[in-house]
Amino acid sequence: MGFIHRHRSLTPYLLLLPGIAWLALFFLAPLGFLGYQSLESGTFDTGFTFEWAFSNYWNAISDYHEQFVRSFVYAGVATVLALLVSYPLVYWIAFRAGRWKNVFLILIVAPLFVTYLVRTLAWLNILADEGPVVGFLRDIHVLGADGRLLATSVAVVGGITYNFLPFMALPLYVSLEQIDARLLEAAEDLYASKREAFLRVTLPLSAPGIVAGTLLTFIPAAGDFINAQLLGTPRQYMVGNVIQSKFLEVLDYPSAAALSFILMALIVAALLVYAKAVGTERLTG
Amino acid sequence: MRWVKRHLLPAYAFLAFCYLLLPIGVVILFSFNAPSGRYNYVWEGFTLDNWIHWDAPPGIRSAVVKSLEIGVVSTLAATVLGTLIALAIVRHRFRGRGATNMLVFLPMSTPEIVLGASLLTLFLNRQIVTGFGTIFIAHVMFIVSYVVVTVKARLIDFDRHLEEAAMDLGANEWVTFQKVTLPLLAPAILSAALLGFALSIDDFVITYFVAGSTQTFPLFVWGAARVAVPPQVNVVASAIFLVAVAVMIGNVLWGLRNRRRGTVEEPIAQAIPVPRQLPQQGAA
Repeated sequence: MGFIHRHRSLTPYLLLLPGIAWLALFFLAPLGFLGYQSLESGTFDTGFTFEWAFSNYWNAISDYHEQFVRSFVYAGVATVLALLVSYPLVYWIAFRAGRWKNVFLILIVAPLFVTYLVRTLAWLNILADEGPVVGFLRDIHVLGADGRLLATSVAVVGGITYNFLPFMALPLYVSLEQIDARLLEAAEDLYASKREAFLRVTLPLSAPGIVAGTLLTFIPAAGDFINAQLLGTPRQYMVGNVIQSKFLEVLDYPSAAALSFILMALIVAALLVYAKAVGTERLTG
Repeated sequence: MRWVKRHLLPAYAFLAFCYLLLPIGVVILFSFNAPSGRYNYVWEGFTLDNWIHWDAPPGIRSAVVKSLEIGVVSTLAATVLGTLIALAIVRHRFRGRGATNMLVFLPMSTPEIVLGASLLTLFLNRQIVTGFGTIFIAHVMFIVSYVVVTVKARLIDFDRHLEEAAMDLGANEWVTFQKVTLPLLAPAILSAALLGFALSIDDFVITYFVAGSTQTFPLFVWGAARVAVPPQVNVVASAIFLVAVAVMIGNVLWGLRNRRRGTVEEPIAQAIPVPRQLPQQGAA
Protein backbone atom coordinates (compact mmCIF):
# COMPACT_ATOMS: atom_id res chain seq x y z
CA MET A 1 0.00 0.00 0.00
CA GLY A 2 2.95 2.30 0.47
CA PHE A 3 3.25 2.42 -3.27
CA ILE A 4 -0.26 3.75 -3.58
CA HIS A 5 0.39 6.33 -0.91
CA ARG A 6 3.30 7.72 -2.81
CA HIS A 7 1.54 7.64 -6.15
CA ARG A 8 -1.93 8.70 -5.16
CA SER A 9 -2.88 9.74 -8.67
CA LEU A 10 -2.21 6.23 -9.88
CA THR A 11 -4.75 4.63 -7.55
CA PRO A 12 -7.81 4.99 -9.80
CA TYR A 13 -5.92 3.52 -12.76
CA LEU A 14 -4.73 0.55 -10.72
CA LEU A 15 -8.31 -0.08 -9.59
CA LEU A 16 -9.56 0.15 -13.15
CA LEU A 17 -6.83 -1.81 -14.84
CA PRO A 18 -8.06 -5.41 -14.56
CA GLY A 19 -11.72 -4.71 -15.31
CA ILE A 20 -11.16 -2.24 -18.09
CA ALA A 21 -8.52 -4.46 -19.66
CA TRP A 22 -11.06 -7.29 -19.65
CA LEU A 23 -13.70 -5.12 -21.33
CA ALA A 24 -11.17 -3.79 -23.86
CA LEU A 25 -9.97 -7.29 -24.76
CA PHE A 26 -13.28 -9.09 -24.75
CA PHE A 27 -15.80 -6.40 -25.66
CA LEU A 28 -14.08 -3.71 -27.74
CA ALA A 29 -11.51 -5.84 -29.55
CA PRO A 30 -14.13 -8.41 -30.63
CA LEU A 31 -16.20 -5.61 -32.15
CA GLY A 32 -13.14 -4.72 -34.18
CA PHE A 33 -12.77 -8.32 -35.30
CA LEU A 34 -16.45 -8.38 -36.17
CA GLY A 35 -16.01 -5.29 -38.34
CA TYR A 36 -12.95 -6.81 -40.00
CA GLN A 37 -14.75 -10.07 -40.64
CA SER A 38 -17.73 -8.24 -42.14
CA LEU A 39 -15.49 -6.94 -44.94
CA GLU A 40 -14.02 -10.29 -45.89
CA SER A 41 -15.07 -12.42 -48.81
CA GLY A 42 -14.85 -16.09 -49.55
CA THR A 43 -16.46 -19.22 -48.16
CA PHE A 44 -15.78 -21.41 -45.17
CA ASP A 45 -14.24 -24.13 -47.33
CA THR A 46 -12.00 -21.94 -49.48
CA GLY A 47 -11.10 -19.58 -46.64
CA PHE A 48 -11.90 -15.91 -46.09
CA THR A 49 -9.78 -13.01 -47.30
CA PHE A 50 -10.04 -9.37 -46.34
CA GLU A 51 -10.80 -7.06 -49.24
CA TRP A 52 -13.08 -4.23 -48.12
CA ALA A 53 -16.03 -6.23 -49.34
CA PHE A 54 -18.72 -3.64 -48.69
CA SER A 55 -20.95 -5.70 -50.93
CA ASN A 56 -21.58 -7.89 -47.84
CA TYR A 57 -23.52 -4.98 -46.40
CA TRP A 58 -25.59 -4.29 -49.51
CA ASN A 59 -26.32 -7.98 -49.92
CA ALA A 60 -27.31 -8.30 -46.28
CA ILE A 61 -29.76 -5.42 -46.61
CA SER A 62 -31.25 -6.51 -49.90
CA ASP A 63 -31.55 -10.17 -48.87
CA TYR A 64 -32.80 -9.64 -45.33
CA HIS A 65 -34.58 -6.29 -45.18
CA GLU A 66 -37.76 -8.20 -44.42
CA GLN A 67 -36.22 -9.72 -41.26
CA PHE A 68 -34.81 -6.35 -40.23
CA VAL A 69 -38.19 -4.67 -40.55
CA ARG A 70 -39.82 -7.52 -38.68
CA SER A 71 -37.30 -7.31 -35.84
CA PHE A 72 -37.97 -3.63 -35.33
CA VAL A 73 -41.75 -3.92 -35.69
CA TYR A 74 -41.94 -6.86 -33.27
CA ALA A 75 -39.60 -5.18 -30.79
CA GLY A 76 -41.50 -1.89 -31.06
CA VAL A 77 -44.92 -3.48 -30.58
CA ALA A 78 -43.61 -5.59 -27.69
CA THR A 79 -42.12 -2.51 -26.02
CA VAL A 80 -45.38 -0.57 -26.27
CA LEU A 81 -47.36 -3.57 -25.00
CA ALA A 82 -44.96 -4.03 -22.09
CA LEU A 83 -45.38 -0.35 -21.21
CA LEU A 84 -49.18 -0.52 -21.40
CA VAL A 85 -49.37 -3.70 -19.35
CA SER A 86 -46.87 -2.73 -16.68
CA TYR A 87 -47.68 0.95 -16.12
CA PRO A 88 -51.02 0.48 -14.30
CA LEU A 89 -49.57 -2.49 -12.46
CA VAL A 90 -46.54 -0.70 -11.03
CA TYR A 91 -48.68 2.41 -10.44
CA TRP A 92 -50.87 0.30 -8.23
CA ILE A 93 -47.83 -1.15 -6.43
CA ALA A 94 -46.16 2.22 -5.91
CA PHE A 95 -49.24 4.09 -4.66
CA ARG A 96 -51.73 1.53 -3.38
CA ALA A 97 -49.95 -1.63 -2.28
CA GLY A 98 -48.84 -0.29 1.11
CA ARG A 99 -46.59 -2.53 3.12
CA TRP A 100 -46.78 -5.40 0.65
CA LYS A 101 -44.84 -3.51 -2.01
CA ASN A 102 -41.75 -5.69 -1.73
CA VAL A 103 -43.70 -8.89 -2.11
CA PHE A 104 -45.30 -7.58 -5.31
CA LEU A 105 -41.94 -6.45 -6.62
CA ILE A 106 -40.58 -9.94 -6.12
CA LEU A 107 -43.59 -11.25 -8.05
CA ILE A 108 -42.77 -8.91 -10.94
CA VAL A 109 -39.19 -10.12 -11.26
CA ALA A 110 -40.11 -13.74 -10.54
CA PRO A 111 -40.31 -14.70 -14.25
CA LEU A 112 -36.64 -13.73 -14.64
CA PHE A 113 -35.69 -16.54 -12.29
CA VAL A 114 -37.16 -19.20 -14.51
CA THR A 115 -34.60 -20.10 -17.16
CA TYR A 116 -35.32 -17.94 -20.21
CA LEU A 117 -35.73 -20.86 -22.59
CA VAL A 118 -37.91 -22.80 -20.19
CA ARG A 119 -40.31 -19.93 -19.56
CA THR A 120 -40.59 -19.41 -23.30
CA LEU A 121 -41.31 -23.10 -23.75
CA ALA A 122 -44.06 -22.78 -21.14
CA TRP A 123 -45.93 -20.62 -23.66
CA LEU A 124 -45.91 -23.65 -25.95
CA ASN A 125 -48.01 -25.45 -23.34
CA ILE A 126 -50.28 -22.47 -22.77
CA LEU A 127 -50.87 -21.59 -26.41
CA ALA A 128 -51.00 -25.18 -27.66
CA ASP A 129 -53.62 -25.87 -30.32
CA GLU A 130 -55.52 -28.24 -28.07
CA GLY A 131 -54.99 -26.03 -24.99
CA PRO A 132 -57.61 -23.98 -23.14
CA VAL A 133 -56.59 -20.56 -24.51
CA VAL A 134 -56.95 -21.50 -28.14
CA GLY A 135 -60.13 -23.46 -27.30
CA PHE A 136 -61.69 -20.40 -25.65
CA LEU A 137 -60.73 -18.08 -28.51
CA ARG A 138 -62.22 -20.53 -30.98
CA ASP A 139 -65.43 -20.73 -28.97
CA ILE A 140 -65.90 -16.97 -28.98
CA HIS A 141 -64.97 -16.90 -32.66
CA VAL A 142 -61.92 -14.70 -32.29
CA LEU A 143 -60.10 -17.57 -33.94
CA GLY A 144 -61.56 -19.70 -36.71
CA ALA A 145 -62.38 -23.35 -36.09
CA ASP A 146 -58.85 -24.37 -36.99
CA GLY A 147 -57.22 -21.06 -36.06
CA ARG A 148 -54.10 -21.21 -33.94
CA LEU A 149 -51.78 -18.96 -31.97
CA LEU A 150 -48.55 -20.89 -32.14
CA ALA A 151 -46.54 -20.30 -35.29
CA THR A 152 -48.07 -16.81 -35.68
CA SER A 153 -46.62 -13.38 -35.06
CA VAL A 154 -49.08 -13.00 -32.17
CA ALA A 155 -47.30 -15.77 -30.28
CA VAL A 156 -43.84 -14.37 -31.06
CA VAL A 157 -44.69 -10.79 -30.06
CA GLY A 158 -46.51 -12.13 -27.00
CA GLY A 159 -43.45 -14.13 -26.00
CA ILE A 160 -41.12 -11.16 -26.44
CA THR A 161 -43.46 -8.93 -24.43
CA TYR A 162 -43.64 -11.44 -21.63
CA ASN A 163 -39.91 -12.12 -21.51
CA PHE A 164 -38.81 -8.49 -21.30
CA LEU A 165 -41.72 -7.01 -19.32
CA PRO A 166 -39.82 -6.95 -15.98
CA PHE A 167 -37.17 -4.74 -17.58
CA MET A 168 -39.93 -2.24 -18.36
CA ALA A 169 -41.70 -2.57 -15.04
CA LEU A 170 -38.75 -2.08 -12.68
CA PRO A 171 -37.44 1.30 -13.91
CA LEU A 172 -41.06 2.47 -14.12
CA TYR A 173 -41.61 1.43 -10.53
CA VAL A 174 -38.45 3.19 -9.36
CA SER A 175 -39.48 6.46 -11.02
CA LEU A 176 -43.06 6.28 -9.68
CA GLU A 177 -41.90 5.38 -6.21
CA GLN A 178 -39.66 8.46 -6.07
CA ILE A 179 -42.54 10.86 -6.71
CA ASP A 180 -43.09 13.10 -3.70
CA ALA A 181 -46.67 12.58 -2.49
CA ARG A 182 -46.80 16.26 -1.53
CA LEU A 183 -46.71 17.21 -5.21
CA LEU A 184 -49.92 15.28 -5.77
CA GLU A 185 -51.49 16.89 -2.70
CA ALA A 186 -50.46 20.28 -4.03
CA ALA A 187 -52.10 19.50 -7.37
CA GLU A 188 -55.27 18.53 -5.53
CA ASP A 189 -55.16 21.69 -3.42
CA LEU A 190 -54.96 23.65 -6.65
CA TYR A 191 -58.21 21.98 -7.78
CA ALA A 192 -56.69 19.57 -10.26
CA SER A 193 -58.93 16.61 -10.95
CA LYS A 194 -57.49 13.14 -10.42
CA ARG A 195 -57.08 12.82 -14.15
CA GLU A 196 -55.32 16.17 -14.49
CA ALA A 197 -53.05 15.42 -11.57
CA PHE A 198 -52.07 12.19 -13.23
CA LEU A 199 -51.49 13.71 -16.66
CA ARG A 200 -49.65 16.80 -15.45
CA VAL A 201 -47.75 15.54 -12.40
CA THR A 202 -47.44 11.77 -12.21
CA LEU A 203 -46.95 10.98 -15.88
CA PRO A 204 -44.24 13.61 -16.58
CA LEU A 205 -42.40 12.65 -13.38
CA SER A 206 -42.38 9.00 -14.43
CA ALA A 207 -40.88 9.87 -17.81
CA PRO A 208 -37.33 8.82 -16.81
CA GLY A 209 -38.69 5.40 -15.94
CA ILE A 210 -40.51 5.16 -19.27
CA VAL A 211 -37.32 6.08 -21.11
CA ALA A 212 -35.16 3.62 -19.18
CA GLY A 213 -37.73 0.86 -19.48
CA THR A 214 -38.13 1.43 -23.20
CA LEU A 215 -34.39 1.08 -23.77
CA LEU A 216 -34.06 -1.98 -21.56
CA THR A 217 -36.93 -3.65 -23.38
CA PHE A 218 -36.38 -2.57 -26.95
CA ILE A 219 -32.65 -3.34 -27.27
CA PRO A 220 -32.77 -6.99 -26.23
CA ALA A 221 -36.09 -7.47 -28.05
CA ALA A 222 -34.68 -6.25 -31.37
CA GLY A 223 -31.82 -8.74 -31.17
CA ASP A 224 -33.90 -11.66 -29.93
CA PHE A 225 -34.22 -14.88 -31.89
CA ILE A 226 -35.42 -17.33 -29.27
CA ASN A 227 -39.10 -16.37 -29.30
CA ALA A 228 -39.29 -16.50 -33.09
CA GLN A 229 -37.51 -19.84 -33.08
CA LEU A 230 -39.56 -21.53 -30.37
CA LEU A 231 -42.98 -19.93 -30.81
CA GLY A 232 -42.88 -19.05 -34.50
CA THR A 233 -41.88 -20.45 -37.86
CA PRO A 234 -39.38 -19.23 -40.46
CA ARG A 235 -42.13 -16.83 -41.56
CA GLN A 236 -41.75 -15.03 -38.22
CA TYR A 237 -37.95 -15.11 -38.19
CA MET A 238 -36.19 -11.96 -37.08
CA VAL A 239 -32.72 -10.78 -37.97
CA GLY A 240 -31.35 -12.54 -34.89
CA ASN A 241 -32.40 -15.87 -36.37
CA VAL A 242 -30.52 -15.08 -39.57
CA ILE A 243 -27.35 -14.03 -37.72
CA GLN A 244 -27.51 -17.09 -35.53
CA SER A 245 -27.92 -19.53 -38.40
CA LYS A 246 -25.27 -17.88 -40.57
CA PHE A 247 -22.74 -17.93 -37.75
CA LEU A 248 -23.40 -21.35 -36.34
CA GLU A 249 -25.01 -23.41 -39.07
CA VAL A 250 -24.20 -22.00 -42.51
CA LEU A 251 -20.76 -20.75 -41.39
CA ASP A 252 -21.03 -17.69 -43.62
CA TYR A 253 -19.12 -15.46 -41.20
CA PRO A 254 -18.68 -12.32 -43.31
CA SER A 255 -22.34 -11.87 -44.06
CA ALA A 256 -23.29 -12.78 -40.47
CA ALA A 257 -20.85 -10.14 -39.23
CA ALA A 258 -22.25 -7.55 -41.63
CA LEU A 259 -25.78 -8.34 -40.43
CA SER A 260 -24.67 -7.92 -36.80
CA PHE A 261 -23.15 -4.55 -37.57
CA ILE A 262 -26.24 -3.34 -39.38
CA LEU A 263 -28.40 -4.48 -36.46
CA MET A 264 -26.23 -2.53 -34.06
CA ALA A 265 -26.20 0.55 -36.28
CA LEU A 266 -29.99 0.45 -36.62
CA ILE A 267 -30.43 0.15 -32.87
CA VAL A 268 -28.11 3.11 -32.28
CA ALA A 269 -30.05 5.07 -34.91
CA ALA A 270 -33.36 4.17 -33.28
CA LEU A 271 -31.97 5.26 -29.90
CA LEU A 272 -30.80 8.58 -31.34
CA VAL A 273 -34.22 9.28 -32.83
CA TYR A 274 -35.79 8.32 -29.53
CA ALA A 275 -33.31 10.46 -27.59
CA LYS A 276 -34.14 13.39 -29.79
CA ALA A 277 -37.84 12.87 -29.21
CA VAL A 278 -37.63 12.62 -25.42
CA GLY A 279 -34.70 14.95 -24.84
CA THR A 280 -31.11 13.85 -24.45
CA GLU A 281 -30.79 14.87 -20.82
CA ARG A 282 -33.38 12.28 -19.90
CA LEU A 283 -31.45 9.58 -21.69
CA THR A 284 -28.13 10.20 -20.04
CA GLY A 285 -29.35 11.72 -16.76
CA MET B 1 -70.11 2.98 -10.42
CA ARG B 2 -67.89 4.18 -7.61
CA TRP B 3 -67.39 0.65 -6.46
CA VAL B 4 -66.25 -0.33 -9.94
CA LYS B 5 -63.89 2.63 -10.09
CA ARG B 6 -62.30 1.82 -6.78
CA HIS B 7 -61.76 -1.82 -7.63
CA LEU B 8 -60.73 -1.40 -11.24
CA LEU B 9 -57.02 -0.96 -10.55
CA PRO B 10 -56.65 -3.78 -8.00
CA ALA B 11 -58.58 -6.08 -10.32
CA TYR B 12 -56.29 -5.12 -13.16
CA ALA B 13 -53.21 -5.72 -10.98
CA PHE B 14 -54.57 -9.14 -10.09
CA LEU B 15 -55.02 -10.06 -13.74
CA ALA B 16 -51.58 -8.74 -14.65
CA PHE B 17 -50.01 -10.87 -11.94
CA CYS B 18 -51.89 -13.88 -13.23
CA TYR B 19 -50.34 -13.22 -16.64
CA LEU B 20 -46.85 -12.84 -15.16
CA LEU B 21 -47.07 -15.92 -12.98
CA LEU B 22 -49.04 -18.26 -15.23
CA PRO B 23 -45.99 -19.57 -17.16
CA ILE B 24 -44.14 -20.15 -13.88
CA GLY B 25 -47.09 -22.18 -12.63
CA VAL B 26 -47.08 -24.13 -15.87
CA VAL B 27 -43.35 -24.87 -15.60
CA ILE B 28 -43.74 -26.15 -12.05
CA LEU B 29 -46.97 -28.05 -12.80
CA PHE B 30 -45.48 -29.85 -15.80
CA SER B 31 -42.47 -30.90 -13.73
CA PHE B 32 -44.97 -33.29 -12.07
CA ASN B 33 -46.47 -34.46 -15.33
CA ALA B 34 -46.26 -38.10 -16.44
CA PRO B 35 -46.28 -37.85 -20.24
CA SER B 36 -46.93 -41.15 -21.99
CA GLY B 37 -44.97 -40.22 -25.11
CA ARG B 38 -41.97 -38.03 -25.62
CA TYR B 39 -43.85 -34.73 -25.58
CA ASN B 40 -44.54 -32.91 -22.35
CA TYR B 41 -47.21 -30.56 -23.71
CA VAL B 42 -50.44 -32.02 -22.38
CA TRP B 43 -51.25 -32.88 -18.79
CA GLU B 44 -51.51 -36.62 -18.36
CA GLY B 45 -51.18 -37.35 -14.68
CA PHE B 46 -49.31 -36.58 -11.49
CA THR B 47 -45.97 -38.18 -10.65
CA LEU B 48 -42.96 -37.48 -8.46
CA ASP B 49 -40.70 -39.60 -10.68
CA ASN B 50 -39.27 -36.62 -12.56
CA TRP B 51 -38.10 -35.04 -9.32
CA ILE B 52 -36.69 -38.29 -7.91
CA HIS B 53 -34.93 -39.20 -11.17
CA TRP B 54 -34.12 -35.65 -12.21
CA ASP B 55 -30.88 -36.71 -13.88
CA ALA B 56 -32.36 -39.54 -15.93
CA PRO B 57 -32.01 -37.79 -19.33
CA PRO B 58 -28.42 -38.30 -20.45
CA GLY B 59 -26.33 -35.14 -20.21
CA ILE B 60 -28.62 -33.10 -17.97
CA ARG B 61 -26.60 -33.63 -14.80
CA SER B 62 -23.29 -32.61 -16.32
CA ALA B 63 -24.98 -29.61 -17.98
CA VAL B 64 -26.36 -28.41 -14.64
CA VAL B 65 -23.00 -28.94 -12.93
CA LYS B 66 -21.27 -27.01 -15.73
CA SER B 67 -23.71 -24.12 -15.38
CA LEU B 68 -23.11 -23.93 -11.65
CA GLU B 69 -19.33 -24.07 -12.05
CA ILE B 70 -19.30 -21.36 -14.66
CA GLY B 71 -21.73 -19.28 -12.61
CA VAL B 72 -19.54 -19.42 -9.50
CA VAL B 73 -16.15 -18.70 -11.08
CA SER B 74 -17.32 -16.01 -13.47
CA THR B 75 -19.37 -14.29 -10.75
CA LEU B 76 -16.39 -14.26 -8.40
CA ALA B 77 -14.10 -12.76 -11.02
CA ALA B 78 -16.64 -10.25 -12.28
CA THR B 79 -17.58 -9.13 -8.76
CA VAL B 80 -13.98 -8.31 -7.92
CA LEU B 81 -13.31 -6.51 -11.22
CA GLY B 82 -16.61 -4.64 -11.11
CA THR B 83 -16.26 -3.51 -7.50
CA LEU B 84 -12.79 -2.12 -8.21
CA ILE B 85 -14.12 -0.19 -11.21
CA ALA B 86 -17.01 1.18 -9.14
CA LEU B 87 -14.59 2.32 -6.42
CA ALA B 88 -12.43 4.09 -8.98
CA ILE B 89 -15.35 5.82 -10.68
CA VAL B 90 -17.10 7.04 -7.54
CA ARG B 91 -14.08 7.76 -5.34
CA HIS B 92 -11.66 9.34 -7.76
CA ARG B 93 -11.52 12.12 -10.28
CA PHE B 94 -9.24 11.13 -13.12
CA ARG B 95 -8.75 11.61 -16.81
CA GLY B 96 -10.82 9.21 -18.86
CA ARG B 97 -13.58 8.88 -16.27
CA GLY B 98 -16.28 9.64 -18.82
CA ALA B 99 -14.81 7.14 -21.26
CA THR B 100 -14.69 4.53 -18.50
CA ASN B 101 -18.36 5.11 -17.72
CA MET B 102 -19.16 4.73 -21.38
CA LEU B 103 -17.15 1.51 -21.71
CA VAL B 104 -19.01 0.03 -18.75
CA PHE B 105 -22.38 1.11 -20.12
CA LEU B 106 -21.91 -0.12 -23.68
CA PRO B 107 -21.95 -3.91 -23.12
CA MET B 108 -25.31 -3.57 -21.36
CA SER B 109 -26.80 -1.68 -24.28
CA THR B 110 -25.49 -4.02 -26.96
CA PRO B 111 -27.78 -6.86 -28.00
CA GLU B 112 -26.54 -10.17 -26.65
CA ILE B 113 -26.38 -11.66 -30.11
CA VAL B 114 -23.83 -9.03 -31.15
CA LEU B 115 -21.76 -9.68 -28.02
CA GLY B 116 -21.77 -13.41 -28.71
CA ALA B 117 -21.09 -13.07 -32.41
CA SER B 118 -18.21 -10.64 -31.95
CA LEU B 119 -16.56 -12.83 -29.31
CA LEU B 120 -16.87 -15.79 -31.65
CA THR B 121 -15.10 -13.90 -34.43
CA LEU B 122 -12.33 -13.02 -31.99
CA PHE B 123 -11.90 -16.65 -30.94
CA LEU B 124 -12.03 -17.86 -34.55
CA ASN B 125 -9.47 -15.32 -35.70
CA ARG B 126 -7.08 -16.00 -32.84
CA GLN B 127 -7.72 -19.73 -33.16
CA ILE B 128 -8.78 -20.03 -29.55
CA VAL B 129 -10.61 -23.29 -28.90
CA THR B 130 -14.08 -22.58 -27.58
CA GLY B 131 -15.18 -24.30 -24.39
CA PHE B 132 -15.23 -23.73 -20.64
CA GLY B 133 -12.53 -21.05 -20.81
CA THR B 134 -14.23 -18.99 -23.49
CA ILE B 135 -17.59 -19.21 -21.69
CA PHE B 136 -15.83 -17.94 -18.57
CA ILE B 137 -14.32 -15.03 -20.52
CA ALA B 138 -17.69 -14.12 -22.02
CA HIS B 139 -19.62 -14.32 -18.76
CA VAL B 140 -17.15 -12.20 -16.82
CA MET B 141 -17.33 -9.64 -19.64
CA PHE B 142 -21.09 -9.21 -19.54
CA ILE B 143 -21.48 -9.48 -15.76
CA VAL B 144 -18.87 -6.82 -14.90
CA SER B 145 -21.06 -3.94 -16.04
CA TYR B 146 -24.00 -5.03 -13.91
CA VAL B 147 -21.72 -5.31 -10.87
CA VAL B 148 -20.37 -1.81 -11.48
CA VAL B 149 -23.88 -0.35 -11.70
CA THR B 150 -25.09 -2.12 -8.56
CA VAL B 151 -22.07 -1.27 -6.40
CA LYS B 152 -21.86 2.28 -7.76
CA ALA B 153 -25.43 3.03 -6.72
CA ARG B 154 -24.54 2.12 -3.14
CA LEU B 155 -21.21 3.93 -3.13
CA ILE B 156 -22.81 7.19 -4.24
CA ASP B 157 -25.02 7.23 -1.12
CA PHE B 158 -22.10 6.20 1.06
CA ASP B 159 -21.58 8.29 4.21
CA ARG B 160 -17.93 9.21 4.01
CA HIS B 161 -17.98 10.63 7.54
CA LEU B 162 -17.67 7.09 8.83
CA GLU B 163 -14.39 6.66 7.01
CA GLU B 164 -13.16 10.07 8.10
CA ALA B 165 -13.97 9.13 11.68
CA ALA B 166 -11.91 5.93 11.35
CA MET B 167 -9.00 7.91 9.95
CA ASP B 168 -9.31 10.49 12.75
CA LEU B 169 -9.06 7.62 15.19
CA GLY B 170 -5.72 6.66 13.68
CA ALA B 171 -6.64 3.99 11.13
CA ASN B 172 -4.68 4.13 7.90
CA GLU B 173 -6.37 3.91 4.51
CA TRP B 174 -6.06 0.15 4.21
CA VAL B 175 -7.41 -0.55 7.69
CA THR B 176 -10.26 1.90 7.07
CA PHE B 177 -11.09 0.15 3.82
CA GLN B 178 -11.08 -3.27 5.48
CA LYS B 179 -12.93 -2.35 8.68
CA VAL B 180 -15.34 0.34 7.49
CA THR B 181 -15.75 0.55 3.73
CA LEU B 182 -15.90 -3.12 2.86
CA PRO B 183 -18.39 -4.17 5.57
CA LEU B 184 -20.72 -1.31 4.64
CA LEU B 185 -20.47 -2.21 0.97
CA ALA B 186 -21.02 -5.90 1.62
CA PRO B 187 -24.80 -5.91 1.00
CA ALA B 188 -24.36 -4.17 -2.35
CA ILE B 189 -21.52 -6.48 -3.36
CA LEU B 190 -23.62 -9.47 -2.38
CA SER B 191 -26.59 -8.17 -4.41
CA ALA B 192 -24.27 -7.65 -7.36
CA ALA B 193 -22.87 -11.15 -7.04
CA LEU B 194 -26.35 -12.69 -6.81
CA LEU B 195 -27.42 -10.77 -9.89
CA GLY B 196 -24.26 -11.86 -11.70
CA PHE B 197 -24.82 -15.48 -10.80
CA ALA B 198 -28.45 -15.32 -11.92
CA LEU B 199 -27.41 -13.76 -15.23
CA SER B 200 -24.71 -16.36 -15.73
CA ILE B 201 -26.75 -19.50 -15.17
CA ASP B 202 -29.60 -18.11 -17.26
CA ASP B 203 -27.54 -16.95 -20.20
CA PHE B 204 -28.22 -18.70 -23.44
CA VAL B 205 -27.44 -16.41 -26.36
CA ILE B 206 -23.83 -15.44 -25.65
CA THR B 207 -22.99 -18.90 -24.32
CA TYR B 208 -24.45 -20.51 -27.43
CA PHE B 209 -21.91 -18.66 -29.58
CA VAL B 210 -18.81 -19.34 -27.48
CA ALA B 211 -19.51 -22.75 -25.93
CA GLY B 212 -17.96 -25.06 -28.50
CA SER B 213 -18.94 -28.56 -27.43
CA THR B 214 -19.37 -27.61 -23.76
CA GLN B 215 -22.96 -27.87 -22.62
CA THR B 216 -24.59 -25.69 -19.97
CA PHE B 217 -28.15 -26.16 -18.76
CA PRO B 218 -29.70 -23.58 -21.16
CA LEU B 219 -27.80 -25.19 -24.04
CA PHE B 220 -29.13 -28.57 -22.96
CA VAL B 221 -32.68 -27.15 -23.07
CA TRP B 222 -32.07 -25.71 -26.53
CA GLY B 223 -30.84 -29.05 -27.81
CA ALA B 224 -33.79 -30.83 -26.21
CA ALA B 225 -36.26 -28.32 -27.66
CA ARG B 226 -35.32 -29.46 -31.16
CA VAL B 227 -36.57 -32.94 -30.38
CA ALA B 228 -38.68 -33.22 -27.24
CA VAL B 229 -38.14 -31.53 -23.88
CA PRO B 230 -38.14 -34.07 -21.03
CA PRO B 231 -40.09 -33.10 -17.87
CA GLN B 232 -36.78 -33.14 -15.96
CA VAL B 233 -35.97 -29.81 -17.62
CA ASN B 234 -38.99 -28.39 -15.79
CA VAL B 235 -37.71 -29.96 -12.57
CA VAL B 236 -34.33 -28.24 -12.84
CA ALA B 237 -35.89 -24.92 -13.86
CA SER B 238 -38.37 -25.14 -10.95
CA ALA B 239 -35.55 -25.91 -8.53
CA ILE B 240 -33.47 -22.95 -9.77
CA PHE B 241 -36.55 -20.75 -9.48
CA LEU B 242 -37.35 -21.82 -5.93
CA VAL B 243 -33.77 -21.34 -4.76
CA ALA B 244 -33.60 -17.91 -6.41
CA VAL B 245 -36.84 -16.77 -4.79
CA ALA B 246 -35.69 -18.06 -1.39
CA VAL B 247 -32.38 -16.22 -1.71
CA MET B 248 -34.17 -13.05 -2.76
CA ILE B 249 -36.58 -13.19 0.16
CA GLY B 250 -33.62 -13.80 2.45
CA ASN B 251 -31.83 -10.81 0.99
CA VAL B 252 -34.88 -8.58 1.46
CA LEU B 253 -35.30 -9.75 5.07
CA TRP B 254 -31.61 -9.15 5.73
CA GLY B 255 -31.99 -5.63 4.35
CA LEU B 256 -35.05 -5.06 6.55
CA ARG B 257 -33.20 -6.23 9.65
CA ASN B 258 -30.25 -3.99 8.93
CA ARG B 259 -32.59 -1.12 8.35
CA ARG B 260 -34.33 -1.72 11.63
CA ARG B 261 -30.97 -1.78 13.40
CA GLY B 262 -30.19 1.47 11.68
CA THR B 263 -26.98 0.25 10.12
CA VAL B 264 -28.07 0.53 6.53
CA GLU B 265 -30.25 3.18 4.96
CA GLU B 266 -31.05 1.29 1.84
CA PRO B 267 -34.21 1.60 -0.21
CA ILE B 268 -35.61 -1.88 -0.17
CA ALA B 269 -35.88 -2.07 -3.94
CA GLN B 270 -32.11 -2.15 -4.07
CA ALA B 271 -32.09 -5.49 -2.35
CA ILE B 272 -33.72 -6.95 -5.43
CA PRO B 273 -30.85 -7.76 -7.71
CA VAL B 274 -32.10 -6.61 -11.09
CA PRO B 275 -30.70 -3.77 -13.18
CA ARG B 276 -32.99 -0.79 -12.98
CA GLN B 277 -31.07 2.40 -13.38
CA LEU B 278 -28.81 1.57 -16.27
CA PRO B 279 -29.57 4.26 -18.79
CA GLN B 280 -29.59 7.11 -16.30
CA GLN B 281 -26.46 5.96 -14.59
CA GLY B 282 -24.60 4.74 -17.58
CA ALA B 283 -23.53 7.61 -19.73
CA ALA B 284 -23.58 10.13 -16.88
